[in-house]
Amino acid sequence: MKDLLWLIPALPLASATLLILGGRLMSPRIVAALGVGSVGAAAICVLLTVLQWQGAPLESQLWTWMQVGELSAGVSFYVDGLTLVMLSVITGVGFLIHLYSAEFMAGDESYARYFAYLNLFVTAMLTLVMADNLLLLFFGWEGVGACSYLLIGFWHFDAANGAAARKAFIVTRAGDAAMALGLFLLFAEFGTLDIQAMSAAAGERWEVGNPTAVLATALLLGGAVGKSAQLPLHTWLPDAMAGPTPVSALIHAATMVTAGVYLVARTHELFLLAPPTLLAVAIIGLLTLLLAAFAALCQHDIKRILAWSTISQIGYMFLGLGVGAWGASVFHLMTHAFFKALLFLAAGAIIHCLHHEHDIRNMGGLRTRLPLVFISFLIGAAALSALPLTSGFYSKDLIVLAAFEAPVAGPWLWAGAVLGAFLTALYSFRLVFVVFFGRTNTLPDRQPGPGMATPLAVLCAFALVGGWLGVPVSNVFPEAETGHAALWVEVISIGVPLLGLGLAWLLFLGRGLDAGDLVASPPGQALYGFWHAGWRVDGLYDWLWVKPYMGLAALLRSEPVDRLYGAVVGLCRLLHRALSNSQTGRLRQYGTVMVVGVIVLLNIVWRAAG
Amino acid sequence: MVYLLLILFLGGGLAWLSERWHPQAPRWVALGAVSFALLYLAVAVMRLPAEHFSLLPAATQPDTWLAHTRLEWIPRFGIRFELALDGLSLTLVALTLLLGLIALSSSWSEIDQHSGFFQANLLWSLTGVVGVFMALDLFLFFVFYEVMLVPMYLLIAIWGHEGRAYASMKFFIFTQASGLLMLVSIVVLAYQHAQVSGSYSFSYFDLLGSPLDSSLGFWVMLGFFLAFTVKLPGFPFHTWLPDAHTQAPTAGSVLLAGILLKTGAYGLLRFTIPLFPEASLEFAPIAMALGAAGIIYGAVLAFAQSDFKRLVAYSSVSHMGFVLLGLYAWNSIAVQGAIVQMVAHGLSTAALFMVAGSLQQRMHTRDMSRMGGLWLNAPRMGACALFFTMASLGLPGLGNFVAEFLVLLGLFQVAPRVAVVAALGLVTGAIYSLIMLQRSFQGPGDPERAVPDYGGREMATMLLMIALLIWLGVYPQALLDLTQPTVDSLLSEAGS
Amino acid sequence: MDGLQVPMEHVLGLASLLFAMGLTGLMVRRNILFVLMSLEVMLNAGALAFVSAGAHWGQPDGQVVFMLILTVAAAEVSVGLGLVLQVQRRFQTLDVDNATRLRG
Repeated sequence: MKDLLWLIPALPLASATLLILGGRLMSPRIVAALGVGSVGAAAICVLLTVLQWQGAPLESQLWTWMQVGELSAGVSFYVDGLTLVMLSVITGVGFLIHLYSAEFMAGDESYARYFAYLNLFVTAMLTLVMADNLLLLFFGWEGVGACSYLLIGFWHFDAANGAAARKAFIVTRAGDAAMALGLFLLFAEFGTLDIQAMSAAAGERWEVGNPTAVLATALLLGGAVGKSAQLPLHTWLPDAMAGPTPVSALIHAATMVTAGVYLVARTHELFLLAPPTLLAVAIIGLLTLLLAAFAALCQHDIKRILAWSTISQIGYMFLGLGVGAWGASVFHLMTHAFFKALLFLAAGAIIHCLHHEHDIRNMGGLRTRLPLVFISFLIGAAALSALPLTSGFYSKDLIVLAAFEAPVAGPWLWAGAVLGAFLTALYSFRLVFVVFFGRTNTLPDRQPGPGMATPLAVLCAFALVGGWLGVPVSNVFPEAETGHAALWVEVISIGVPLLGLGLAWLLFLGRGLDAGDLVASPPGQALYGFWHAGWRVDGLYDWLWVKPYMGLAALLRSEPVDRLYGAVVGLCRLLHRALSNSQTGRLRQYGTVMVVGVIVLLNIVWRAAG
Repeated sequence: MVYLLLILFLGGGLAWLSERWHPQAPRWVALGAVSFALLYLAVAVMRLPAEHFSLLPAATQPDTWLAHTRLEWIPRFGIRFELALDGLSLTLVALTLLLGLIALSSSWSEIDQHSGFFQANLLWSLTGVVGVFMALDLFLFFVFYEVMLVPMYLLIAIWGHEGRAYASMKFFIFTQASGLLMLVSIVVLAYQHAQVSGSYSFSYFDLLGSPLDSSLGFWVMLGFFLAFTVKLPGFPFHTWLPDAHTQAPTAGSVLLAGILLKTGAYGLLRFTIPLFPEASLEFAPIAMALGAAGIIYGAVLAFAQSDFKRLVAYSSVSHMGFVLLGLYAWNSIAVQGAIVQMVAHGLSTAALFMVAGSLQQRMHTRDMSRMGGLWLNAPRMGACALFFTMASLGLPGLGNFVAEFLVLLGLFQVAPRVAVVAALGLVTGAIYSLIMLQRSFQGPGDPERAVPDYGGREMATMLLMIALLIWLGVYPQALLDLTQPTVDSLLSEAGS
Repeated sequence: MDGLQVPMEHVLGLASLLFAMGLTGLMVRRNILFVLMSLEVMLNAGALAFVSAGAHWGQPDGQVVFMLILTVAAAEVSVGLGLVLQVQRRFQTLDVDNATRLRG
C-alpha cells in the first residue's frame, strides 16, 4: 500500500484537471461521477491503507521538489496515525459532502467548475496532511486557502461574495506570512524543513523555553491561528459562509479550518519546547471559544450561527493542544468533523427546501415538515452540545478535564471551558427550538432527495457513535498523564450542557422566560447588537488596518516619487524659459552681446596669459 | 551563437522588406525567424555533451562554458566580439526567444499599420536582448544594451496608446541616462585595468580580477548599479515603467516585462556584484532596503490603480523587488530564487499583459471601472486571468512561489529583518491581485456585452505559459540544476 | 624699403578705428543696408591690418589673405543683398528690428 500512497491525492487531482480542461463539454452526470467518484476512490485507498497499517509510519518519496544549497525538500509523504485520522476524515467526510453536492448544486450553471474546485481542494488538503516537510505542507496550506477563496466566491457575480472571499484569503494570508517566517527561522536553525528531522534536532539543540523555540513556534502559531479562524484572525470565517453550503461543511467546518490544529499537533515536539507558546495556544483557544459562543448566541443567519460555533469548537481544540491533551484535540477534531458536517448539511437541506432562506426568524415548526432533517439536526446539536453518549461528549469531556489538570491556571481554563460548554448547549438548542418548533413561517416546497439524505444518515450514525472510534495517535504524541479528576469536576463538566439545554428550553420554547423580553431591554439590546456584530472586531480592524491602507494607497496614488523626476523636468523647463527669453531675434542685440562677450573673453585670456 | 543573432537580425530586415510583397507576410517571416532561432538553439544545446552542463563556468577557462566565441573587433582598445553561454545565459536566451514567440502571437491581429516595420523592431529588440545575455565583452555588452533600447522606443512611440509620446520619451531618457552612467563606469574600469596591466581590455574575464581602488570602485559600482536598477526597475527609479508598460502595444509590454527588465537583473548578477564584490557587500544593505521598499511600494500603488495595465506594471515593480533582494542576499538559495523569479515573472506578467491587451482590443478600454463580470462573457479568458493572478500572488505549485520562497528563505539567513518586511509583500500582493480580478472578471456582469472569448491561437499561447509555470512550480529542479554551476562559480568568484 | 614710409602703428591704428566704426555701425544702425555696409567696413579693416602686417614683414601672406577677404566680402555682399531684397519684400521695410521672427 505504501507505494500507492501517491494515488490518494492524485485521484482528485486528475479529476480536477479533467474537469477544468473539459468540464464544459461533459454532461452533469459525468461531471458528478468524476467529482464524487474520484474522492470515493481516494477514500477507498485510505481505507485500504488503514486496514493494512501495521502501526509504523509509512514514507513515500515521489520526487525532489527543490534542492538548493542546504535546502532539500521533496514531494514526499509521511503517514502516521495522526495523518491517517486526517486522511480518513478528509476523504470520508469529503466523499459524503461531494455526494451531497451532486444533488445540492444540480442545475447550477458552473457545475463542473464547482466540482473542479472541490476536487482541487481535496487534493491540496490531502497534500497538507501527508507532507513530510514543512515546505510541502505549506504548499497544501496555501492551496487550500486558494481553493477556499475560489469556493467562497463561487457565486462571484454577487460582489458581496467576492468581498467575503477576498477577506478570507487576505486575513489567512497574514497568518501565512507569519508561518512562512517561522519556516525561515526553523530552516536557519536546523538547515532542514523535514518535520521528523527537525523535531529530533530540536530536542537535542534546544532546552525547554529556548527563546528561538518560542519565537519559531509563535510564528507557526500565527499561521495556525489564521487558518483555523482563532483570535485575532477569526473574522473571515463568518463571512466565508457566502459560499455554497456543502463548501461550508467541507472546508469551513470539517477540514481546512482544522489545519491549524493539525499543524500544531504535527509540530508538537517544537511546541513542547516552548511552554510560553503553549500557554498562548491555550489562552487563545479559551478566549476564542468564549467569544465565539457569545457571538453565536446572537445571530439570525443559520449558517453564521454554525460558523461561530465552528470557531468556538476549534477554540476547544486549541485549548486541548495548549494543555497538552494532543490526542483529545485530534479526537475532537474528528468528532467535530462528523457532527459539524452533519449540521451544515442539514442546514443546507433546510436552505435548499426553503427557497434559499437563511434567517431562522423566518423558519419554525419544521419538525413535522422535514423530519429527516430534524432528526439529523437534533443529533448534530446534541453532539455539538456534548450531551452524554454522543460523539462530542467523549472528545470534549477529555479536553475539559485535561484543562483542569493543566500545569498553569488549570482551574481557570477549566471554568472557562465549562462556561463555553454551557453556552454551546444554549445556542445549539436555541437553533433547534426556533427552527423546528413553534409556528410554521415558511413552508418547504420539496424534500431532500436520496443524494442528500444518504450523507445525512451516514453522518448521523457517525455523530452518534463516532465517540467509540479511537484515534490511533498513541505512537505520535507523548503519553498524557491521566490523573483522575475529583468527582465534582466530572459531574459539573457533564451536567453543564444539560443546564444549557434546559435554559434554552425555558427561553426559546416560551416556558416561563421569554428571550424576546431579554433582548428588548436596553442593556440586552446593546449586548445583543455587540455580540451580533461579533464583538465589533470587524469594525476595529476596519479602523486599524483597512482604512489606513486605503488612505496610504490614496496618498501614494499620485506617485510622489515621480514628482521628484517631475521636479527635474520642471527645472529644465525653467532654465529653458530663462534662456529662450534672451533670444529676442534682434540682430543688433545679438551683435552687441557678441562684442561684449568677445571683449570679456579677451580680457580673461589676457589676464590668464599675463 | 553569432548565427543566432544573425537569424534574428536578418529576420527583422526581411520582415520589413516583405511587407511590400504582402501585408500579412511580415508576421509569418517573424514567426519563422524566431522559431528557427529557437530550433537552432535547441539543436545546438542538444548536441552538447550532458556532463558539460555540470561544469563550473570558470572565468579563466572559456571551455568550461557551454559555448564560447571570440573575434577581434577593435584591437587597438582590446575590444572583442566575445560571446559565451552558460546555464544562466542559456535559460534567459531561451526565455527571450519563447517570449518573442508569445509576443508575436499577442500582436498577431493587433497591428495593422506598418506591420513590417513593427515586426522588424520586435526582432531587432530581441536581437539586442539575446546579445545582452551572451556578451562577455563589456563594450559589446553596452552596444547590445543600447541596441535593444531603440527598437523598443520605436515600438512604444509608434504603436503605443494615447499617451505614447510622453511614455516613450520617459522610457528612453531614463534608460539612456542610466546607460551612459554605465558607459562611464565601463570606460573607467577598462582604463584602470590598462593602468595596471598595460593593455586595454574590455573582456569580462580580464576585468573580473582587476584590482580597483576601493573608493573609486564604489563609484564605478554605483554606475553599474544605477544602470541596472533603473532597468530592473528598483525603487525609486521605477517611474518610467508604469507609463511605458501602460502605453506600449501588447507585444511591447510582453517584451518589456518579460525580458527587458531581466537584463537589469542579469546585469546585476553577472557584472555588478562579481566585478565589485567588496563595494557590493558594502552597498548590500542599501540595495536590500530598496528592494524591500520596492516590494511594498509597488504593491500599495498597484492596489491604488484603476488602469488594468498600470496595475500589472506596478506589480512588476513589486516582484522585481524580490529579485533585488535575492541578488544582494548573495547566497546560493536566494540567488537561485532570484533567477527563478526572473523566469516565472517573465511568464506570469507577460500573460497578464496579454490578458490586458486582449481586453483593450475587445473593449477599447483599460479602465477597470468599466469592466466587471467579464467571466460571464469570456469564461476562458477569465480562467486564464484567474490562473495568472494566482501565479502572480505566489500560489505554491506555480513558479512564482518557488522564487519568492527561495529568495525569502535565503534572505532570512542574511538579513532577517528585511525578510520580515518583504514577507509583508505576500499579504499586499494578495490584496492587489484579488482586487484586480474582482474588478475585471468577477462581480455583476452584462451578458449582452460583446466580448469575444479566447480563440484557438490565444488559448494555445496561454496554455503553453500555464504549463510552463506549473512545471516551474512543481519541478523547478530542472532549472535549478541548469543554473547551479553558474551560481556556484559566481559565488566563489565574489566570495560570499 | 623705399617709398612711402608709414609706421605700422598708424596703419594698425587706422584699421582699429575703421573696425570700431564698423562695429558701432553694426550695433546702432537699424537699416539693414547700413548694417551690411558696416560689415564691409569691418572686413576691410581686417584686410588692411593684414596688408600692413604683410608689408611690415615682407611676406606675401598678407596679400594672399587680402585676396581671400576680398572674395569672402564679395560673396557675403551678394548673399547679404539677396537677403536685403527678401526682407524688403516680406516686411516692406529695411529695419532689422522688425525681423524678429527667430525670437525664442
